[in-house]
Amino acid sequence: MDSEVVFKQEFEINGGDFVNAGESASKLKNILKEIGIDTDIIRRLAIAAYEAEVNVVTYARHGIMRILIYPEKILLTVEDEGQGIKDIDLAMQPGYSTATDEIREMGFGAGLGLPNMKKNADIFNISSTVDKGTKLEITMNLNDKNVRD
Amino acid sequence: MPEEKIKLSEVIKQLNLKIECREQFLDKEIQGGYVSDLLSDVMANCKEGYIWITLQGHPNIVAVAVLKEVAGIVIINNRKPEEETIKKAEAEKLPIMTSSLTAFELVGKLYELGISG
Repeated sequence: MDSEVVFKQEFEINGGDFVNAGESASKLKNILKEIGIDTDIIRRLAIAAYEAEVNVVTYARHGIMRILIYPEKILLTVEDEGQGIKDIDLAMQPGYSTATDEIREMGFGAGLGLPNMKKNADIFNISSTVDKGTKLEITMNLNDKNVRD
Repeated sequence: MPEEKIKLSEVIKQLNLKIECREQFLDKEIQGGYVSDLLSDVMANCKEGYIWITLQGHPNIVAVAVLKEVAGIVIINNRKPEEETIKKAEAEKLPIMTSSLTAFELVGKLYELGISG
């Protein structure tokens, strides 16, 4: 059974807005710092959140990033409305990307976003429907890490 | 004994880097360096307090640099940051410098100053 949510916040992400991509991840990082979450968890979650945000900006029309903090875990979900992912196994392979040349020239679309998210998450879930959108769930466990002093 | 780290202001002086943003936040020690133009790669591998060398000049480098808490960005090969990049960097107090050197030459000089990856 899930325990009580101690903090939650939502961030809106606009597709195509490369200028502001990463700002939700930045705000999220600052919130986690203020709360006093373990620095290693913040570092890993910031990477995952940035990648998720850039994916929405690159491939979707619109997305919502939600952070839910429980006593024992942090849950980050990113849900978008967009083209979705046809083959998730393929998309999870490092280096695989459907990004355009223009986007690659900007240093995005290296095919490292989803692998980076999985690598940094304690639990990573992804589901997608073509022409509808993608949902990501990133969980960070707080139990062992947050026992400090 | 831990070695004393070189400050960003000293690196700027020694390598003749051009400061593109305001100057008052250069008094920080450089913990290391990272070179990459792939933003995911920088997110994954660049560390706090590093100097980041890149040819990218678009505004999103600021978001990456702020998230990674880098000491500063050096844009190489006579490339210039976009106006919006400078505006964002100034709001975040993030130093952005430019150099006429290529990434290879610049990193070589940074190594000579005692900065490594």
